[in-house]
Amino acid sequence: MFLPVIIFGNLENNYFIGSFYSIIIKEGTMGSIKGIVEKHGKDKTRLLDIIRDVQSDLGCVSEESVLQIAKEMGLSKVEVDGVVTFYHFFSKTPVGKYSVYLNNSAVAYMMGYSEIQKAFEKEVGCSFGQTTPDGTIGLFTTSCIGMNDQEPAAIINGTVFTSLTAEKVRDIVSGMKSGKDVRDLVKQYGDGLNQSELVKSMVNNNIQKKGQVVFSPYETGSAIKKAASMTPEQVIEEMKISNLRGRGGAGFPTGMKWEFCRKAEGAKHYVVCNADEGEPGTFKDRVILTEIPHMLFEGMAIAGFAVGAKEGILYLRAEYAYLKAYLENVLSDLKKKGVLASFDIKIKLGAGAYICGEESALIESAEGKRGEPRNRPPFPVQYGYLGYPTTVNNVETFCSAVKIVLEGGAWYKKMGTAQSAGTKLLSVSGDCKKPGIYEVEFGTTVKTLLEECEGRTAVAVQVGGPSGSCIGKKDFGRRICYDDLATGGSVIIIGPDRNILDVVHNFMEFFVEESCGWCVPCRAGNVLLLKKLEKIMNGKGTKSDLEEIESWCKIVKAGSRCGLGQTSPNPILTTLQNFREIYDSKINKDLDFITEFDFAAAVKDSCEAAGRKPHAEEH
Amino acid sequence: MSKPVVATASLAGCFGCHMSFLDIDDRILQLIELVEFNKSPVDDIKKFTKMCDIGIIEGGCCNSENVENLREFRKHCKILISLGECAIMGGLPAMRNGIPVRECLEEAYLNGPTVDDNIIPNDDELPMILDKVYPCHEIVKIDYFLPGCPPRADLIWEALVALVTGKELTLPYEAFKFD
Repeated sequence: MFLPVIIFGNLENNYFIGSFYSIIIKEGTMGSIKGIVEKHGKDKTRLLDIIRDVQSDLGCVSEESVLQIAKEMGLSKVEVDGVVTFYHFFSKTPVGKYSVYLNNSAVAYMMGYSEIQKAFEKEVGCSFGQTTPDGTIGLFTTSCIGMNDQEPAAIINGTVFTSLTAEKVRDIVSGMKSGKDVRDLVKQYGDGLNQSELVKSMVNNNIQKKGQVVFSPYETGSAIKKAASMTPEQVIEEMKISNLRGRGGAGFPTGMKWEFCRKAEGAKHYVVCNADEGEPGTFKDRVILTEIPHMLFEGMAIAGFAVGAKEGILYLRAEYAYLKAYLENVLSDLKKKGVLASFDIKIKLGAGAYICGEESALIESAEGKRGEPRNRPPFPVQYGYLGYPTTVNNVETFCSAVKIVLEGGAWYKKMGTAQSAGTKLLSVSGDCKKPGIYEVEFGTTVKTLLEECEGRTAVAVQVGGPSGSCIGKKDFGRRICYDDLATGGSVIIIGPDRNILDVVHNFMEFFVEESCGWCVPCRAGNVLLLKKLEKIMNGKGTKSDLEEIESWCKIVKAGSRCGLGQTSPNPILTTLQNFREIYDSKINKDLDFITEFDFAAAVKDSCEAAGRKPHAEEH
Repeated sequence: MSKPVVATASLAGCFGCHMSFLDIDDRILQLIELVEFNKSPVDDIKKFTKMCDIGIIEGGCCNSENVENLREFRKHCKILISLGECAIMGGLPAMRNGIPVRECLEEAYLNGPTVDDNIIPNDDELPMILDKVYPCHEIVKIDYFLPGCPPRADLIWEALVALVTGKELTLPYEAFKFD
């Protein structure tokens, strides 16, 4: 049965093996995979959609399915296998008729993750990482799903369940056991457009503070109309005057990016919207996509006009798949209204990979490949989607661009600080009374924000998600802007009852899980950092361990290929800097070295296998 | 003034680092002017007869004997150096680390295609196999690391001379460039 697995390396050229293979594969399976591949037009850039459909039809993407997809697509087995194994939501083993993905982010832990985990295990009757013997329910964990303001939360077959309690878990599990559609298990819908016919989700927007840019009223279509009365160069000029910078966190000037893209030569140009909001703690894009998607799409069309693109792609993270049908409806509506008269937008779904938030990895993923960052240069503005000049911008950036076209760059520049103009959407979660979205002017201090969200007991604030900075009380006067505390929007508030090292540990586990594995400093370095952190947390650390962890952090930062590894040591580095006393209290000051090596445990298995009695160490 | 004392050992290694050490060629004559050897394959002294200044370890730890040996070195040497990839990272022997040790033993002694005598060696005299291959610094404190597979003779020479004479070590890029 598994023989073809070994000999199928070169199947396109081997008709004998191809036909031999088709004999042993189940008739129905083969037909269904062929149908799925044909439905997607054998399009390689839609490989993720094909794999998703196969998984949804057959319960997993088995070794045989991988081979079949490869055969039908004219790809090698390794190309398909590489994609299947790269993404978190694809699995080669059955994930159950109902697949529960419970979010294990740091804030989920603060809000009662452990209790919910136990409740699921008790009700379902299997542990996390397993599927029930009858194949009905699978329990899995997943990285932040963009619901930090309503944790604990889980995604079951694409449907989001928020603010979970043991009681809710009981109801959900009994519903799954009786075979109900998970969408029917949502009892109460959330606020705003979460209630709309095509969303019907229990997710809440939690918009706590509206500002003058993103969440201020405007008339749909007015901005594209105004842009059309300008030249593309004038639109770009307004962006430059406004000093708008990328809202994903890195802060690259948008006008400059559009200009580079416009000037780059190519048969066509692309506009890509990065809606792969994966930084733990951010959820602002979720709210934009729910409440003002028309503004986002209009912003993409303006970008298209500016850079000379007729096509756009919204790369939507898999966790927000529940919004896809709704967004497609908005698109067709805008088409009818003429807002997108000369600009087409397609939605591409991710499949669970933090690294795809990095723009070149996102492009790779949109092309149907593993989401591994590219070498740069060339940058996406020169060589982007399918090799064409492409501008990749954040959801919030496009929305800001709409207002800049309408009100002018000079109007926009008046808000915020000299280096950081305009407003920023902050996703606030953790130990505060009012978690949710705050649109604030750049330059707002952490202290002001803590007062607004009623998180006054905070002892630490994680600004910018795990890859940002963890600051203590003495720094609460610092300002949120690119030149001080840069952030893509994630603000996690840590109260006095939390163990900060637990939070750091959670973040490092996240980076180990999400490293794409391409370069050694990130792939191996993060594992070593996590192990060293655990040694210190277990009371086995010494002064030399602290020195080592700090120097290793610098190696990982300096040696990694993309932003993931260049920022992943930040949880350790910034807490070493701002909460040194916590580390100092954990280490043994009198000892030079402590080993974690356990001799008896290390020899146990081999002695058992050989049937001999282990003797104690002589030393 | 008495000469500094050096000891060396190859644990879970292939002796390649020691061979590279011998590649210092005629400088070995200068070396014996500079230092005295104690426990080492170089002079075949099997047991420590005194405290040493420098211990050089090739190879990581794959069995109980390696662990005992390494701890002996730590006790008897003021400065301990991990020499080469296996001592520093586990090296080639650590390729088994992804496979449970029971599976390794069963494949090697029970189920492998060329296996004849179906028994996992269990004599009490044999060292006990560890669950995985450990780098030396996870078991004892290591003071210096000399990378390479093997580290170049020049690197070993320069490092030793620097340690013994107290001069600063010059590390040209070529000394640890391996491709």
